[in-house]
Amino acid sequence: MPPLARRNLFHDKVRLFVTLTGIAFSVVLMVVQWGLFQGFSTSTSSIIDNSGADLWVTAKNVAYIDQAIAFNERKYYQVLATPGVAQAAKYISRWSVWKEPNGRSESVDIVGFNPDIPLGGPWDMVAGDRQEVKRPNGVIIDKIYADKLAATHLEDHSEIAGFRARVVGFTNGIRAFTTAPYVFTTFKNAQDYTGFDADQTNFVLVKAAPGVDIKKLKADLKARLPDNDVFETAEFSAMTRHYWMFTTGAGVAVLMAAVLGLVVGVAVVAQTIYATTMDHIREYGTLKAMGAPNRYVLGVIMTQAALAAAMGYVIGMSISVFVVHGAAKGGANIMLTWQTAVMMLFLTIFMCMTAAVVSVNKIFSLDPVMVFKG
Amino acid sequence: MADAITIRSLTKRYEEGNSGTLALAGVDLTVSRGEVVLLMGPSGSGKTTLLSIMGCILRPTSGQVVLEGKDVTVMSEKDLPAVRLQHIGFVFQGFNLFPTLTAGENVELSLTLKGVHRRQAKDEARRLLDIVGIGEKYDSWPNNISGGQKQRVAIARAIAGSPEVLLADEPTAALDSHTGKNVVELMARLAHEENRAVVIVTHDSRLAEFADRIVRIEDGRVASAA
Repeated sequence: MPPLARRNLFHDKVRLFVTLTGIAFSVVLMVVQWGLFQGFSTSTSSIIDNSGADLWVTAKNVAYIDQAIAFNERKYYQVLATPGVAQAAKYISRWSVWKEPNGRSESVDIVGFNPDIPLGGPWDMVAGDRQEVKRPNGVIIDKIYADKLAATHLEDHSEIAGFRARVVGFTNGIRAFTTAPYVFTTFKNAQDYTGFDADQTNFVLVKAAPGVDIKKLKADLKARLPDNDVFETAEFSAMTRHYWMFTTGAGVAVLMAAVLGLVVGVAVVAQTIYATTMDHIREYGTLKAMGAPNRYVLGVIMTQAALAAAMGYVIGMSISVFVVHGAAKGGANIMLTWQTAVMMLFLTIFMCMTAAVVSVNKIFSLDPVMVFKG
Repeated sequence: MADAITIRSLTKRYEEGNSGTLALAGVDLTVSRGEVVLLMGPSGSGKTTLLSIMGCILRPTSGQVVLEGKDVTVMSEKDLPAVRLQHIGFVFQGFNLFPTLTAGENVELSLTLKGVHRRQAKDEARRLLDIVGIGEKYDSWPNNISGGQKQRVAIARAIAGSPEVLLADEPTAALDSHTGKNVVELMARLAHEENRAVVIVTHDSRLAEFADRIVRIEDGRVASAA
């Protein structure tokens, strides 16, 4: 079959440029907004997902990690005494204020952990290691926030809630969802930095012994600790993500922008494909007069849409990669995974096919007798 | 000569709100294979409507159209494209070539729609363009050839797949008189040599020399046939 669809598409270079610009713009918009959504979502629960714990013991009715409600550390010992528990660690996550040597203040999220137990704490270290926090006033921050906290080198000093803090290590890529960077330190320092009493903790992280059924251990812990809640790590992570992304409206706003990208894409592509179809309306009428079945005409229009989708996708994804890398340098967390890339390919094809439906309807209702009118 | 198209008591009424226009009012006509029939008459007399109905593009209000022995007026709407594809070739006043396909590809498209394999369609398209005298224009774009050559491409496309009936609507209207004559002469030759029924709607009385029969339509009726 002569390549009518391809030729029609490439015939008008200006229209092709407009079509591809519209599709590429939509792809970039969807990738960036979806990537932002994913980036936000991941960063809200990153310290849970990277904790290495199987279970989290929290105060009663805690809905997400940043809802820091303290409880007595006696519960920690009850957890340790529970059969099936291999390791447990007290853990704090609470906001405080970082005061720079020049007097400027920044909100920070203090994360207190036990460096001798591989539960909680920092990951992706690029300078120092987690044991360094045992040094007096030792804290670990992320490179991304070094300038913001005016602590760009190891041994730089500052003050947190009136207590001295000394940078003993750097991580790379641990972003906070809020504007408050994570500051990792010992559990004891964290109690000071956050104003916790000496016998209080925020959470207890639990590692189950090998072969132990996590669900059963969770039930056992709940039975032992009726005044607390116990969550599996994935469950607590999902609760935290859900809170930030949907309860606060932040995620909904980003998702809406992604949907908007799709709608704009459909509108732009529909308009251009429709205009292309109308340009060739007499030819489609001729095809129908000659006896071409509707499925052939449908094939021509859909092939045009699919070709435009493929080209627009490649251009849009290429631009998106640059945008994502540029944004990362600027501190924004836009995630672009291969799953997102595949999803966007199907979305782009869906978008273009949907856009072509308007044109298809026009062709299907076309009266071939038009070919005899002048 | 075998009958290619037989029309009996054909009427066509265009409804417009509460009123209507009677475009054809009881037309009887038979066109045989190997015959060239010119449909002539003033504008608005119903010539093109008659041609559209003969081509199974337009449905009559009443009457019967028998094409190659089959009553197409009783066929469903969805069966008519296949009838057009297999039995009828069209030549239009404005050529209606696909500007994004070469002359050869325009002919190929018609053949592949009829189920001819691409490789074979290429060879057949070359042969058909040779028959209409523009074999060397196979790779030319429609915009780069003359009006007469465009109409020859359109004729090659119309006879692709050997349909028994060739219907032409004002095929010379966009051509100078010399080129127009050549084009109709070609169509007449294709009718006589390949035993095809050719019906041409025209205002141009100079084409009468190529016709086997001239049917004059006036006010939706056959006024005379000679």
